[in-house]
Amino acid sequence: MMETVTKTPTKENSTEDIKYKLIAENISASYDGIVTVKNVSMKFRDRAVTALIGPSGCGKTTFLRCLNRMHELTKNATLTGKVLLDGEDLYSNKVDPIINRRKIGMVFQKPNPFPTMSIYDNVACGLRLNGVKDKKILDEVVEGCLKMASLWNEVKGDLKKPGMSLSGGQQQRLCIARALAIQPEVLLMDEPASALDPIATQKIEEMIQELKKEYTIIIVTHNMQQATRVSDYTGFMYLGDLIEFGETKQIFENPRNEITAKYVQGQFG
Amino acid sequence: MITPEQRAEFRKHFRYNVGRRLVLDKIVKCIVFICVIVAIVPLISILVNVFSNGAAALTWNFLTQVPGAVGSDDPGGIGPAIQGTLVLIGLSSLIGVPIGVMGGIFLSEYGNNRFGRTVRFFNDVLAEFPTIVIGVFAFVLIVLTVGNFSVWAGSFALSIVMLPIIMRTTEESLKLVPVTYREAGYALGIRRYRVVFTIVLSSARSGLVTGILLAVARIAGETAPLVFTILGSSQFISDLNGPVDALPLRIWRLSSLPYDSAVTQGWGAAFILIIMVLSINIGVRYIFLRNKEKTFIKFKKLGAVS
Amino acid sequence: MVDPLISNLMSTRDIMMTIKMKKGSPHIDKIFKYVAIGAATYVLAIIAMIVFNLVTGSAQVWQQEGISFLTGSDWNSVEGRESYGAFPYIMGTIVNAGIAMLIAVPLSFGIAMFLSELSPKIMRTPLAMIVELLAAVPSVVYGLWGLLVFRTYIQDWIETPLHNLFGDQSIIFAGTPFGLDILTASVVLAIMIIPTIASISKEIMLAVPNSQREAAYMLGATKWEAFRLAVLPYSKSGLIGATILGLGRAVGETMAVTMLIGNATGAAAIPTSLFQPGQTMASIMANEFAEASSGGLHLAALVGIGLILFVMAFAINVVAHLLVAKVVKSHEGAVLA
Ligand SMILES: Nc1ncnc2c1ncn2[C@@H]1O[C@H](COP(=O)(O)OP(=O)(O)OP(=O)(O)O)[C@@H](O)[C@H]1O
Ligand SMILES: [Mg+2]
Repeated sequence: MMETVTKTPTKENSTEDIKYKLIAENISASYDGIVTVKNVSMKFRDRAVTALIGPSGCGKTTFLRCLNRMHELTKNATLTGKVLLDGEDLYSNKVDPIINRRKIGMVFQKPNPFPTMSIYDNVACGLRLNGVKDKKILDEVVEGCLKMASLWNEVKGDLKKPGMSLSGGQQQRLCIARALAIQPEVLLMDEPASALDPIATQKIEEMIQELKKEYTIIIVTHNMQQATRVSDYTGFMYLGDLIEFGETKQIFENPRNEITAKYVQGQFG
Repeated sequence: MITPEQRAEFRKHFRYNVGRRLVLDKIVKCIVFICVIVAIVPLISILVNVFSNGAAALTWNFLTQVPGAVGSDDPGGIGPAIQGTLVLIGLSSLIGVPIGVMGGIFLSEYGNNRFGRTVRFFNDVLAEFPTIVIGVFAFVLIVLTVGNFSVWAGSFALSIVMLPIIMRTTEESLKLVPVTYREAGYALGIRRYRVVFTIVLSSARSGLVTGILLAVARIAGETAPLVFTILGSSQFISDLNGPVDALPLRIWRLSSLPYDSAVTQGWGAAFILIIMVLSINIGVRYIFLRNKEKTFIKFKKLGAVS
Repeated sequence: MVDPLISNLMSTRDIMMTIKMKKGSPHIDKIFKYVAIGAATYVLAIIAMIVFNLVTGSAQVWQQEGISFLTGSDWNSVEGRESYGAFPYIMGTIVNAGIAMLIAVPLSFGIAMFLSELSPKIMRTPLAMIVELLAAVPSVVYGLWGLLVFRTYIQDWIETPLHNLFGDQSIIFAGTPFGLDILTASVVLAIMIIPTIASISKEIMLAVPNSQREAAYMLGATKWEAFRLAVLPYSKSGLIGATILGLGRAVGETMAVTMLIGNATGAAAIPTSLFQPGQTMASIMANEFAEASSGGLHLAALVGIGLILFVMAFAINVVAHLLVAKVVKSHEGAVLA
């Protein structure tokens, strides 16, 4: 089964100048000694959307959290492997994790706005942290990010309301805005649309298309249609292994692996 | 939408200051570490002093004899104080435990109304009352009325100290029993009091016992209420209506005497008291660490444990 | 008749016991309820009785002294020249508790932060255990330690150098340090309430979900920044509650303070210098009770001080409860002490 795995997305008529923004090499991660991500290597193209799909519990979130050193914050969690951002090792001892985390925005699977902060501060706090003091810039960024997360129209009246007073879907969009505000280069999104209605989902997908022009985006989703709509490449994970990784079209229309085939046809998962 | 040009403009305003922020982070960590050291050193010193000085004072006579005459060569022992503390704990539990448990049952089973909230509120406030005020109260109510210091007056004062602790811990333990247990009982047509006594109380047993033990540990060391109610004595108890000695009170009296033997005895009495209080606390923790119970964490948040 | 879900939850033995058991009589059910209500009412009755007895017990001194019992500084129990004013002790209580809080609160939050955020795993459990056990140590033991051990240290290492440095030019360091004074009592009081505040604060900080910290780290926060951004606001109300709880205990603490504060009376007890003997409301009650217990105005004065202390502690606790409840209501998800 392992022979058929394509670990590098291959593009027909690919040229030499393909740029990989983020490269994960032999990532293995475990909780309490139980390995949940097994030796996964993936390369993520710059200015492209990569989707991660797979049945629940297969390690998508865990893998995603390895990409910005979030995994090591969990108790009893261990990790081996390398992650290269622009060719630099994220895990090298020389750089503090905070330097690279701010280049990699993340939207968590469960919305986690700061409950006591206002909506405005929720978005602005990342900027303030990184030294933006100019009120005008702050206002501009907050408005822009809330617009991109398609939350602006609902909250523009009272940006002073605490973040916790929003509905679940609104909270999720607030978290998207918060992640966008620090102007990251890579965006990791863990099921960003799981709590959203179809219209908000569509807006978020449009946003992803827009951001793609500049960003490297990795999105975890359980929604196959969403993966086909927004992503250029798709990786399929199963029980901690990366089974197949390739162009989205190929994965969904012409999977090389039979488990992938079964999964994308909805036969299990 | 933010255009790429705008984004480039925004990025110009970022001053990451990583170096400075990391230094600040280090400084804060250092300060926190110093806090821990500064606070922990005296705390450890107390334990070390009590254990080393106290253990030296321990002899059989010290534990069983009555105190010698003040200033005499034979310092005697603290027998009456140990006896008094045990008797006081027993009597105040006799008053405090049943009322506390019943009150806790009320709060958890019937307390979901205005009256319940009022009781809970005042109970919480009572739990934090200065215990010396409770001592003065017991003095005015009992000692002044009856005309003499007594074991009963002391037990009454201590029972007021334990009451709110037991009530709150009982309530919390009962509330942790799943509603389905109660419903199972009601579904069988069993009356509420039987459901509470047979199903709920037995499921909440360990929490209940913990609460009572913690309350006992608390009153064992209480001094202020006793100053006003039991007077102290150098004899073993002969009459529950008469004065009595207690460990914390004896420690206080010994501390004000200018003799070396009194100092040694003071450490010895403190040692006995600490052993009593800490063994209850450690025992309770051991049981709960083993069972990984939620009750205990709940108690801690209530402040009942300390 | 038994729901399968319920039978899963309860062991078969329990079920069998339950079925075998009599279902109980409605009368006992009523009685049971009234007994429970009675027990709950007992608490309210006790508080009412405390107020009543303190008021009647001190009536004499209020009649005699009127408002000057609160504002006066005379304290004379010699028969014929009796005069009582509680002002110095009220001030003493405030100053003593205030200094103790100034020392204890930052240190406690430091410990709590260390235990919940920074400490390596192997240190966390034993350190937390020590802190919690120390909260259980009776105050008379703290007093004994303060008197026999700590007093000489603070006298030699802190008070004397401070006195030599600033000496009599400053008011707060005036007076020859003797070791039994306001500073010693306050420091030992601080040491006593640190475990309480620290262990409650630690629980409150630990109750902040990790997802909050992760959100801050995602933005590129350092450990301290994550604490400031995610942990502090989330647990603020609980920390305020813990602090006020500590204040309540500091105000009412008796034995350790009585043993260390030096037993000044009257106008001399109005706190000005840290190195001066003082007196708190609790300590004057404990100190003078033996002489006053036979009754009369002196006793009424001590009971009256008890009443003032009661009102003060009551107010602090009520404020703590209301404050915390209000803050919690305004944003659910925050933790209550
Ligand atoms: N904090 C944790 N501690 C212990 N085990 C964990 C933890 N988080 C996840 N796991 C385990 O790791 C495995 C992978 O979890 P992960 O969250 O990565 O799955 P996922 O693919 O994101 O699933 P889903 O689609 O449901 O979000 C699961 O089996 C889970 O039990
Ligand atoms: Mg997941």
